[in-house]
Amino acid sequence: MWDYVKLVALGVIALLAAIAANYARDEAYLVNALTVMLAAAATFIWTLRNTGEPKAVAPKNEYFDGVVRAGVIATAFWGVVGFLVGVVVAAQLAFPVLNFEWAQPYLNFGRLRPLHTSAVIFAFGGNALIATAFYVVQRTTAARLWGGNLGWFVFWGWQLIIVLAATSYVFGGSQGKEYAEMPWHVDILITVVWVAFLLAFLGTLWNRKEPHIYVANWFYLSFIVTVAMLHVVNNAALPVSVFGSASVQAYAGVQDAMIQWWYGHNAVGFFLTAGFLGMMYYFVPKQAERPVFSYKLSIIHFWALIFLYIWAGPHHLHYTALPEWASTLGMIFSIMLWMPSWGGMINGLMTLSGAWDKLRTDPVIRMMVIAVGFYGMSTFEGPMMSIKAVNSLSHYTDWTIGHVHSGALGWNGMITFGALYFLVPRLWNRERLYSLSLVSWHFWLATIGIVLYASSMWVTGIMEGLMWREVDANGFLVNAFADTVSAKLPMYVVRMLGGVMFLLGAIIMCYNLWMTVRAQPAKAPVNANNFVPAE
Amino acid sequence: MGTETYSFLRNFADSWHLLFMFLFLIGVFVWAIRPGSNKVHRDVANSIFRNDDRPAPDSASATKEMQ
Repeated sequence: MWDYVKLVALGVIALLAAIAANYARDEAYLVNALTVMLAAAATFIWTLRNTGEPKAVAPKNEYFDGVVRAGVIATAFWGVVGFLVGVVVAAQLAFPVLNFEWAQPYLNFGRLRPLHTSAVIFAFGGNALIATAFYVVQRTTAARLWGGNLGWFVFWGWQLIIVLAATSYVFGGSQGKEYAEMPWHVDILITVVWVAFLLAFLGTLWNRKEPHIYVANWFYLSFIVTVAMLHVVNNAALPVSVFGSASVQAYAGVQDAMIQWWYGHNAVGFFLTAGFLGMMYYFVPKQAERPVFSYKLSIIHFWALIFLYIWAGPHHLHYTALPEWASTLGMIFSIMLWMPSWGGMINGLMTLSGAWDKLRTDPVIRMMVIAVGFYGMSTFEGPMMSIKAVNSLSHYTDWTIGHVHSGALGWNGMITFGALYFLVPRLWNRERLYSLSLVSWHFWLATIGIVLYASSMWVTGIMEGLMWREVDANGFLVNAFADTVSAKLPMYVVRMLGGVMFLLGAIIMCYNLWMTVRAQPAKAPVNANNFVPAE
Repeated sequence: MGTETYSFLRNFADSWHLLFMFLFLIGVFVWAIRPGSNKVHRDVANSIFRNDDRPAPDSASATKEMQ
């Protein structure tokens, strides 16, 4: 019966998408409607072929790992895609001729830039968060993921969102809000998939066999709930037409700016920090084979982080039409964030106390430790840049881009790589990773790449900030904007090289993970029932 | 009406609600470091080393048998 309901629903969606494509008012909307039509048709055929087949009963005594495996593959794939587009846009900034005339306007910097940011944050980071959240919540509650195939809906829904957003940007659909560029119809789909994600997570917590909810789950849950709230509020908009991707924001002027950066900064705070801290609190202790340094500190870290982060957004709008008090409030809360951030970093690093020798022997733990180190560095740099006097120099310069990348590549990237190296042998039941020396190659390529990236952006950012404010004896500005652009060329080339090294490391990782599964036999079951004795 | 609602909410937000949130946060800290929490926290911190391969069995009796 359920299959027939699904078939009818998919058929209706495909038909409506075809009608929408017919009436489409712009290219981006047309491509999105066709994509939805094809996705619905493919799912329709797949469901039709499986209708009436005997259903495999989900074994209650096993974890739901299929969706985690798919998430791991998607994370690695979108990671490489996102880094590659990053290298392309870095090259376009250094050499504008790479904005090819024949590819205008589809592949120019303006359209590829949101493709890069969304691919790395939402496709690479989002898949990593969904996959690890599903893995961690099952292991720490000792319960199978709730909702049957709901996990698959979340996974495939998220991939569809990624494809819709990416094609929309290339074909010119964007609502012009940084990190929230997705047009209104994609925003609606995101809301649906996100609610399904929340339900699967909450249902598993509800069914838990462990009496207490492990701290990683608190971080994951706060990430899911807060992102839902931010997304819905920031994307409140009225479509110009149901057949077009253009929409009008519900708020205007400085209110819209404030809500955008309330969203924007908490996307960093809850998507890229709280969610990834959930990863840290599970994978670092697991890989180090010792419990977290201080569980009390982790509780204090969690509550202080979520209470403070939500107020930090106004520091993106210093010296604008935003009221002075709001700007000061944002700065003060950003500075207070030093405490929980560094408390959390110390907690992650000190988990290794008594096992520091693992840093020498285990490149995976080295990757996780440098991730926590970068977490500490970028959460030191961020509050410093939110101080108004510093911000007057750093704002609108490449220093900001350097800061973002030391956080995103160093913290989010490295902890995700560590988690992938942890997960793949376990999920595919392999003895160990294919090659630890390839992990070391990845580690050093990525680390040196980030160092090149961050240092070149510091140099160019501070340089252009100083050039912009330089005045002569009569009070006239000394430099034209174009002077700063030409002065930045060498640093842009270095930044691009850093990106290439980071990308190369990720490709090595993909090869290593592929060979981990392909080149090694599956572990022999312990006994006939594959029964693992209780310890 | 609009201004009155704004003034009321604004006033409430930066007085009583601010106090409530501050006390709640401090309360959580005190609850976390309360004496006697050590045993629970040690147990939770070590929970990640259990149930790696399969979910815990359904009934409490089965759990006892396993132990």
